Amino acid sequence: MVPFALSLLVLLPLVGAAIVLLIPKGQKSDSLIKWFAVVWSVIPLLLASYLWFVLFDPNASKMQFEEAYLWISSINVRYHVGVDGLSMPLVWLTTLLTVLGLFYSSYVIHERAREFFFMFLLLETGMIGVFVSLDFFLFYVFWELGLVPMYFLIAIWGHAEDRPQYSAIKFFLYTLVGSVLMLLAIIAMYINTSTATTPGTFDLIELATKRPFANDFVFASLAFWGIFLAFAIKVPLFPFHTWLPDAHTAAPTAGSVILAGILLKLGTYGFVRVLVPIFPQVFQANVLPIAILATISIVYGALVAMAQTDFKRLIAYSSVNHMGYVILGVAAAVAIGGANLTDRAIALNGAMLQMFNHGVITGALFFIVGILYERAHTRDLKSFGGLGAKTPVYGAILLTASFASLGLPGLAGFISEFMVFRGAFATLPLIATICVLGIVFGAAMMLWKVIQNVLLGVFDEKRWAEQEKHGVKLYDMTRFEVITLAPLLFLMVLIGVYPSVILNTLNTISVAILGQIVK
Amino acid sequence: MSLSVPDLNLRIIAPVLIVAISALVVLLGELVTSSAQKRGLGYASLVGLLAAGGAAMGLWDAHAVAFREMVRADNFGVFLTLTILAGAVLCILLSFDFTRAHRIETGEYYALILFSVTGMLLMVTAADLIIIFLALELLSLPLYILAAFKREDERSLEAGLKYFLLGAFSSAFFLYGIALVYGATGTTNLARIAASAPSEMLLIGAGLLLVGFAFKVALVPFHWWTPDVYEGAPTTITAFMSVAVKAAAFGAFLRAFLVALPALAMDWRVVLAIIAVLTMTLGNVAALLQANIKRMLAYSSIAHAGYILIALVAMGGAGVSAALFYLLAYTLTNLGAFGAVIALGEGERERLNVSDYGGLARMQPLLAAMLTVFMLSLAGFPPFAGFVGKFLIFGAAVQNGWAWLAVVGVLNSLVSVYFYLRPVVAMYMSEPVEGWGAPRVAPLVALALVLALIGVIALGVFPAPAIALAAGGLGR
Repeated sequence: MVPFALSLLVLLPLVGAAIVLLIPKGQKSDSLIKWFAVVWSVIPLLLASYLWFVLFDPNASKMQFEEAYLWISSINVRYHVGVDGLSMPLVWLTTLLTVLGLFYSSYVIHERAREFFFMFLLLETGMIGVFVSLDFFLFYVFWELGLVPMYFLIAIWGHAEDRPQYSAIKFFLYTLVGSVLMLLAIIAMYINTSTATTPGTFDLIELATKRPFANDFVFASLAFWGIFLAFAIKVPLFPFHTWLPDAHTAAPTAGSVILAGILLKLGTYGFVRVLVPIFPQVFQANVLPIAILATISIVYGALVAMAQTDFKRLIAYSSVNHMGYVILGVAAAVAIGGANLTDRAIALNGAMLQMFNHGVITGALFFIVGILYERAHTRDLKSFGGLGAKTPVYGAILLTASFASLGLPGLAGFISEFMVFRGAFATLPLIATICVLGIVFGAAMMLWKVIQNVLLGVFDEKRWAEQEKHGVKLYDMTRFEVITLAPLLFLMVLIGVYPSVILNTLNTISVAILGQIVK
Repeated sequence: MSLSVPDLNLRIIAPVLIVAISALVVLLGELVTSSAQKRGLGYASLVGLLAAGGAAMGLWDAHAVAFREMVRADNFGVFLTLTILAGAVLCILLSFDFTRAHRIETGEYYALILFSVTGMLLMVTAADLIIIFLALELLSLPLYILAAFKREDERSLEAGLKYFLLGAFSSAFFLYGIALVYGATGTTNLARIAASAPSEMLLIGAGLLLVGFAFKVALVPFHWWTPDVYEGAPTTITAFMSVAVKAAAFGAFLRAFLVALPALAMDWRVVLAIIAVLTMTLGNVAALLQANIKRMLAYSSIAHAGYILIALVAMGGAGVSAALFYLLAYTLTNLGAFGAVIALGEGERERLNVSDYGGLARMQPLLAAMLTVFMLSLAGFPPFAGFVGKFLIFGAAVQNGWAWLAVVGVLNSLVSVYFYLRPVVAMYMSEPVEGWGAPRVAPLVALALVLALIGVIALGVFPAPAIALAAGGLGR
């Protein structure tokens, strides 16, 4: 047993960030900072791995490694943290992607390294904090805490030609609009659960049993939609997705990886952690509009992605498509109807697995885009071609990740998308049928736009030779790039072939959550 | 006719007396010190303020009235006293090098600040409208002079004159309000006003008092003086005015309306709510358009007055404690922000334009980080003091059925993020501007900044003690 395990997990990156600031200035300070940050970030990964693979009980539906202390006594705010099968994989993924992001960045970030690595570690604290918080106030604090470093990462280290400052402030303000409404809903729930003699509660577990506004559907709806908006913007669900392509395109590679891999998950995580257990009735009553938004995200997201000529923008829009499946799965799991608990649990398992998979797959794809950009200094899909033969390792990795993304059996994406549809056909058959279109378009965009344009075709020797004058140099993946991507590729295959490694953990919690709300 | 000696309880006004005596000492000291020794007068002022703080802490839980119920020692007053003193201490720490650089280093400067503090402390202790008025004048007059303290600077003179004229105007309103209240109730004592029957005249009197307070804390539509005065006055004085006057005036405002006019305050609530909406919105929207950082902070201070007014509208214990916490948080944060502006000055030149902050993150990473924290706190970001303050205020509003006002409040704080981030964007993402050397931060200014920073973070991360102190101390 590790005492204060989760607090350590939250604090370690923060301490690392502080140390980064304190490393003395000098000729070698930049390489020292990079070296330190990468090594330091491995500690949370090791700790999270130990917690998940050794200590975590996948069959327990209650919170594990819980810690609870009174924090602000007068309004009953507690420092309450804990993890269950829903949050443990995401915490682990956060620590993994942070290590990979820092490792990759240590090779490609040359400007203002100290600030970059400081912000990145601060961001990790914010993200882990959200996943482990069981007090809504604490959740909100970490939610906002993650916003600031991401803003800086996009604005300072973004690509100058992609209007990084505009994109960063857009990301910032969009997220903030949602979160302030969530803040009001948090306050309202606190006040609703308080009585003349006892204070209200911010505790997510307690709120799930007390169900604020249970007898007042109007107010429950207001609170629900306030929180919904905050999460939907983060996911992002159509029509709140317009910040995403800008932010993704502008962000530095590692920033995009974290943005897609983790930050988007904060939204869907909120759906499952907050909206489903606390507002089951309102959610059920509104399943149809939410499922329709998910459908639009899936189909429209794939179509728009297909229309892109910018590699990175394409991957960004594909996130809208993939995150749509998560919402579809959640909606299917709570939809009113005769479906049994198993069908619903499958849908929710699929949604939760899709969260994890999308982090792995899209995280990898953003690395892949970044690696190509480092060489070609462009992301225009039309300017590539024939790379498959010229850079075989790159080609193989891109192929694998693309196939995982489009849902080829044997790779991770297939399992989760299959489960989402398996569950959705039981409760929302019509919607699920329409959403299958998204799979078709998704496959088309990866095969036609990405693989055909980048890897196949004729390699234009003359143009590349000419470009070399402008500092463009094409070469295959170097060792550090392969090392960065190897763990992600391994996970894609592992989950694709043997999904039980993670599904047992997820299933326990799906059944527990749905068992509370489905009669 | 018999004359009775009033109950002279000097202990209750000890903080006020100590500051007043220090002011006199500093004023006399001015006569016997050479220009090189003026710094010593600043240190003497600090000692006086700290001693007053000690005396104020001794009054915690005293719950007493004295001087024929003219003054009252309750925890509400002590909390605000300490807030004001904290603001004054930070202001004086910021002043040492600023006054020297701007060639206004005199004993009068410190003495006037202390006189103004005397008025402020009296104001939050007052239990009678007459004392409130006296205190109001005592706090205002020195500030009129201080605003115009840079005699050779036209803007400073303009600021002083403007402040004086509008201030005198508002004092007249206030006095007229007192007269009407006295006419309606036959008393100026807050507790006894509460006991008398409501009447039209009392209602109008309350309205005039409201105008007087609104002028002092800069509520829309009585805010017109604020940007010009804040811009023209020496920056240290602007910093001081923006926080301490607010704390004092809101203290008396809360006391007058919650203790003396609770029934009437109910009638005025809708008006106050509308004023709050206008104040927040105008303050934030106007701040969006400012390129001058002092003007931006001036409009931002208007907006913050609007937030605090929400707490007043919400009333009840939650509202009062939220307002007190917010005032403390705002005092530390805003002084920190102004402190950073002061720290970055170069001789008599100041970095007034937002673009002047370009590239500072590389030249002064620590200072840039501090200013970022203060800006984020002003914008209401966790885990800083401003967030907890806003949370408490919006919480109090929702709790008392003013959810729509809280919605307007959060939307406003959303708007404010944009302009608070502008100096941050300049510092971290723009190139340095020509004509500025590398800034050097004087040790005392650094001390003030660090103190403010510690306060802002401590109040944000461990707000529980301060919330507990702010709760339920308003004596009736």
